[in-house]
Order: sequence, then structure tokens, then C-alpha cells
Amino acid sequence: MAYNRFKNKYVEEVVAKVLMIAATVALFVFASSIIYTIIANGWNAMSWEMISQLPGGGFYIGKEGGLLNAIVGSMYIVGAATILGLIVSIPVVFYLNVYLNPNSKLGYAARLCFDVLFGIPSIVYGAFAFTIMIYLGAKASLLGGIIVVTLLIIPIFIRSMDEVARSFPRAIVDAAVSLGATKWETIRVVVRQIMPGIATATLLSIGRAIGDAAAVMLTAGYTDSIPTSLSQPAATLPLAVFFQLQSPIPQVQERAYGAALVLTIIVLIISILGRIITNRFSKHRIK
Amino acid sequence: MSQQQLQYKTSPYRLLKEKVASTTMLILTLSALLLVVLIAVGLVIKSMPILEEKSLVDLVFGSSWKPMKGEFGFLPFIAGTISVTLVAIVLALPISLLTAIFLTEYSKDWVKKAVFPVLDILAGIPSVIYGLWGVLIIVPWISEKLAPKFVEFSTGYSVLAGGVVLGVMVLPLMVSLFVEIFSSTPAELRQASQSLGATKWQTTKKVMLKHTRAGIFASVMLSISRAMGETIAVLMVCGNIAQMPESLLDGAYPLPALLANNFGEMMSVPIYESALMFAALILFVVVVIFNILSRIILHRLQKNS
Amino acid sequence: MDIIKQGMFRPNQKFCTNANADAKIEVQDLNVNIGTNHILKDVNLTIHNQAITCIIGPSGCGKSTLLRSFNRLLEDTAKTKITGKVIVDGDDIYEKGCEITHVRRKMGLLSQKPCPLPMSIFDNISYGCKIHGIRGKKKLAMVVKHYLEAAGLWNEVKDRLHTPANRMSLGQQQRLCLARGLAVEPQFILADESTSALDPISSKIIEDLFVKLKAEYGIVMVTHTLRQALRIADYVVFMYMGEVIEQGTAEEVFKNPQHELTQKYLSGAFS
Repeated sequence: MAYNRFKNKYVEEVVAKVLMIAATVALFVFASSIIYTIIANGWNAMSWEMISQLPGGGFYIGKEGGLLNAIVGSMYIVGAATILGLIVSIPVVFYLNVYLNPNSKLGYAARLCFDVLFGIPSIVYGAFAFTIMIYLGAKASLLGGIIVVTLLIIPIFIRSMDEVARSFPRAIVDAAVSLGATKWETIRVVVRQIMPGIATATLLSIGRAIGDAAAVMLTAGYTDSIPTSLSQPAATLPLAVFFQLQSPIPQVQERAYGAALVLTIIVLIISILGRIITNRFSKHRIK
Repeated sequence: MSQQQLQYKTSPYRLLKEKVASTTMLILTLSALLLVVLIAVGLVIKSMPILEEKSLVDLVFGSSWKPMKGEFGFLPFIAGTISVTLVAIVLALPISLLTAIFLTEYSKDWVKKAVFPVLDILAGIPSVIYGLWGVLIIVPWISEKLAPKFVEFSTGYSVLAGGVVLGVMVLPLMVSLFVEIFSSTPAELRQASQSLGATKWQTTKKVMLKHTRAGIFASVMLSISRAMGETIAVLMVCGNIAQMPESLLDGAYPLPALLANNFGEMMSVPIYESALMFAALILFVVVVIFNILSRIILHRLQKNS
Repeated sequence: MDIIKQGMFRPNQKFCTNANADAKIEVQDLNVNIGTNHILKDVNLTIHNQAITCIIGPSGCGKSTLLRSFNRLLEDTAKTKITGKVIVDGDDIYEKGCEITHVRRKMGLLSQKPCPLPMSIFDNISYGCKIHGIRGKKKLAMVVKHYLEAAGLWNEVKDRLHTPANRMSLGQQQRLCLARGLAVEPQFILADESTSALDPISSKIIEDLFVKLKAEYGIVMVTHTLRQALRIADYVVFMYMGEVIEQGTAEEVFKNPQHELTQKYLSGAFS
């Protein structure tokens, strides 16, 4: 029987391939549509004033001012949460991978828990933190925002670092302990080895932390000024987008677009940085 | 010579450090377990008042939401959550599945190099940006282009808009989960099928998809649980009307949106606060169950392979 | 080589656990269970200082397990149950209260595959010294130079001490690992088929190093290749199915094996 290229299975093959390419192209279309929309709308609203000034009087009815409060507020929250998150999660990852056996029950339970924590919606974190704050008599504040965002990103940190650490060659730990190091003292070696993992995890977490709106809405509040202490409320970029978009006044909506552009640029920079840093840190890695 | 030799001992300071470090790390690890329990307990305690007043069935299946009159029926919100999530998954599943198959089975390396950064970017874009995109692009498109063909009028703020935005949001997650699953299937499986004369697509359809179906199922569950908790983006585009959505073009009011919109303000009414906490509890329980199930399935698969 | 004078391998003179020339490892009734497998059965043997002891036997006979029990690396990996005694220099290392890091420092391990730490060449060697409290740039530089020379590596790497260790060739990496182990001044060197991953020339270099080093250290070597054992062993331990079948000086075991299994193994009947 001669080769028949119109036989069903070949037709199917072509159709499937076309569909697959279409799906992949759709990804690009979505990504570029989103970025284009944000840039096209935000471009007009962008000015130096926008990112260097606090909201002035009458800002919300269209008078002058900028977004500095939200930019600085986001920086504070994200910076502090990232540092706290690293401090907590590096030891946990180290413990899971070096102290515990690969098939330890505690390790399994803890990993499952971090997966669950990772899956809990940020609004639930927010609601939980909010009630705790009410209970403690605290008001929406920078501190509240930092704590809830830290809780939010710790599972991300741990999960993505753990993924790298699990493929970590155990022989390296063995090599270090056979020199007489205690397990704790091997942390330097382990951290070096999983550095690319730590770097990507950090950027991933920053990205998630800076974009989170639901949890900080309930815990950090919103304000027009830059917070000077941990107990004051703080503004954040996503909320600057969210609140200003609800305004009926076009100029204020413009500012929402501007804030969205700033946020998008930051996120894109983080994403690019991620690639560069990952490549740089892999210098000492043992394959 | 032996007189000048020092007998070396590990310094007690180092041993103490080891002890302190390992205990601290154990406590940190255990506190993760504790946090899950703490959140659960906190939410349950807080939603006790409303559970004492109404029966669980009334709450979940009641469709009248008039907090000021003391009527708390969560059905509209639950229906809103389910419908938006369902639309999102229905849209995202074929796209992500096809993309993942394309990336693992068909494409050349340069395609992967181009697609993965795009996935990174999509995954990194904050939800408020997705929401804004929905407001600026999807909502007008629905109200101007799509809706007039079916109904007389729609604002565009609808289940469909929420579903589309949410669908795009979960795409990167789903694609990367699928890619991981596909690329962990053994090459022999493919070769065996192809050496029997099957085309690539036949192999994919009959062997790969069958082999990975548990993994796909688990990934979809994971994505559903992620989609259900998404707040701001959905809140911005789905209309927030406390009603049972009857068509894709009706507005909806998912649970997370309910929480976000009402939390700070209504805290003065204890029963209302309790109702909101109950909403959070529903979300928490569903998400936790979905997560645990899918993780266990994925873990099993990993162990077997 | 002048470098092999008494004490020359230990410029720190800090730990010098090898002061006692007739220190030895004595294994008494050692039993090791991993999971449900009984890996080592009633092992009794003596390992002498300042000599090379080769542990030979077919694969899976527990050679590596035995070696790893000498520096208590076993208990880290899986569910292991260990009974019996391993007496190093008069102290039972499995006794409660025995300090594990101290034991491991005394027993330098050279693993099968070279395993440099993920840092520069210099840091690889100074790592262990720093852990054991040697400070000061000058001193560390001196130590690093000394041990790289001892491992015959100095001339090859002196211009790139601060480049990542994983860029060296496998043979160089293995010598680096040896130098790293020596830098914490152990008493014994445990070599776990340390030449099996290397090319013939590199393994020859390592072998030669061992022969020099035995003036200062007790070397325990697990090996798969009989010829290697023939070349360098002073003492030989033959193991089969987790049991020590025969042990003695190389001459005794190779020339005049007592046990039937040993004879068969040596004649190449199985491996």
C-alpha cells in the first residue's frame, strides 16, 4: 500500500500541530496584549512628578501630586518582608535537606504544610491577620503589612529553594562533615551551592510580594504620606491602582494607569534580573 | 616529640552553636505546621457566632444575602466563585495542555527559550495589572462586541470577563505544571509507541495523556484552588452583584471579592464579621482540601517514576 | 622527596593526633543493619598506623559500609542500626558522648567521586582549617600552599587559586580533595575506591601519593582492582557478604591465602 498522506492519522497530526502552535501563540498574544495595554495607557500619565512627589491637596479630584507614597510604601513592605522571609526560610530549607533524612516523616509533613500554606489565598491570610490585629488592638499599619506579606512569601521561598536543595548532591555535605564540620557549619557550603535557587526564590517572592493587593488591603491600609514608623499605615502600588481606578474622574484614573505602569516595569525588571543573577551565581555550582 | 603535641578537642562553643541552631530550625519547621492549624482554628472560632445562629445548610444553600436584615445566604457567592473558576479552567485547560505538549514533544529549543521567559512574565504580573487589563480590554470587548449578539445589554462586568482574566492568570501555572509532568515521562514509552508506527500525535494522545492523566488531574485541581482564591483581578471585572448568575454575561460576586469589599467596614457588626469569617473559612477549607489531595497525588507519582 | 620528613605534613602542629605512632583502629563485633538488610556481620579487625590497608572483596560485600562506619557517616543517610565497637586511638567512637566532629576530623575521607566544595580552590582547603579555628590570612595561605604541594597540585594551580574548584580536571579535583582532607590533620585517611573514577595517569598519581603519605598516616583503602591492592597494600582485608573472611599482611594474604573463598577471589573466579 502506498503512502497516503491524506490518511486520517496524518491529517490529525497536522491539525493537532496547528492547534498547538495556535495555543503557544496565544500565550504571546496575551502577554503582549497585557503589556501593551499597560504601557499605552500609562505612558501619558507618566511624568517625573508622578514618581517623585507625594499626593498633594486635591489629588483625588485631579489636582497635582504623585505616587511616591505608594512606591515607598511598597518598597518598605517588600524589602522588610523579603529579608524576614529569607532569615526564616533558609534555615528551614537547610533543616529539611541536611538534618532530616530524605524520607523522614517530619520532612514530608512539613513540605505538605508549606504546599498548603503556599496555596492559601492571600485574602484569607489578610482576613486572618486582620482579626489577629483587631484582637491585639492594633490598627492597619506598616508592621501588619510586613508580617502578613512575610507569611505570604515564606512558603514561596521554601518551596522554590527546596526544589533546588533536593537535587543537592549529598556527597558535598558528607565531604564537609568528614572534615569535622558540624552540620550547622555546612550551611555555608550548602547556601553557596543553592545560591541560584535562593536568588530565583528571592525574585519570585519579591514579585509576588509587590503585586499582592488583597492581604495588604486589610492589614497595611492606605495613606497619602510616607510612613515614619511601623505603626503607621502604608500605601502600596497595587492599591494605588485599585483605589484610583474606582474614581469617576478621568485624571485620577490616568494615575491608576501610571501606577500600573510603574508596577509593571518593576515586575519586568525583577524578571529580567532573575535571569541574569541566576546565570551569575551558578559559577561555583557542582553539577 | 609527644610532649609538645596538643590533644585537640572540639570546642564546646561550636557544639553549643550546633545545638542551638538545630533546635531553632526544628522549631521554625514545626511552626509551619502550627500556622496551618492556627489559621484553621482562628477562622473556626471567629465563624462560630454565625454557625450557632444558622444551620450550615441554610448558610451554604440560602440564596438571600441581606446582612442588615440578618439573612446570610452564601449561595450566590459560592455560585459566583464556582462559575468564574469553571470558565477560567475551561478556557485555560486546552490552551495550556496544547502548549505544554508542543513544548515538550514537538518544539525546537529556540521555541522553548522564547516561551519560558514569557511564562515567567505572565506568572510575575501582579493580579491588579490583570484586573486593569480586564477592565480596559476584556470588559469593553464583551459589552461592545460579544454581548450584543446574545443579549440586549451587558455592562461587560460579568462571569465571562472574570473567567477570561482568571484563565489567563492561571495559564503560566498550568503550563509549567504540565511541562513538568510531560517531561518526566520516560522516553522509552514514546519510542515504544512510535516504533509501532504511531504518529507523534497518536503517541501523545493514546500513550502520553493516558500515562499522565493522574498528574494532569492533580495539576488541574491545584490550578482550581489557585483560581478560587484570586481576589483583586476578579473583583475588578466581575461586577460584584450578589445574585445567582444565570448566564455568562451576568455579573457575579465571588467569595474573595466579598471579603475584600466588606472586611474593614463591617467589623462593627459582630454577626456580619462572623459571616465574613465564615466565607474565609469556606475558601480555606476548599483550598486546603484541593491542595492536599493534588499534592498527595503528585507526590505518589513522583515516587513511582 | 624531602617533604616526607617526620612532621612535615603537619605545619599547623595544632592537632597532631598522630603523635602516637602505634595508634590503630580496632573494630570489635561490628554489626550494621540498614533497614532490614544486615550489611556487616560481626566484623573484627585491626588497622595499623603508618601503613596502607586495602579492603578487597566483590561488590556489595560491605566494604564501603565498613569504611563509612569508621567516621560515623553511616548514621546520616538512612535508618541504620549499629552495634559493636570501633576503637580509634583507644576511644570507642560509637560510645555515647564521643564527639562526632572530632572523630570525623581524625578520619579523613576521600570519596569515590571527587567532590570539591562549591567554592574556590583556596577556600576548599582553608574551609576545614577555618572550621577548626585556624585564623589569619598568612597562616591560611601557608597551609593551603603546603597541602597543595603535598598533593602535587601546587604548580598546576598556583596561578588560579581563586577560581572555582569545579573547573579543574577530575584527577586534579581528587587531589584537591585529598589536600583538603590532609589540611585538617587527620590520623587516618579513608579512601573509598578513590581512584575508580579517574583516568589511569591520575590514579597512578594518587597511588604514589598514598605510598608517600603512609609515612605519616594510616591509610585504609577500599579497592575494586586487585592489582592496585597488590601494588600498594601492606595489609589486606578480604570481605565477602558482610563478613571478614581473611586479614593479614599483604604477603600472607596474597601469597598464601588460607581460606578457600580468598583463593577463588584472588584467582579471579568471581569479582
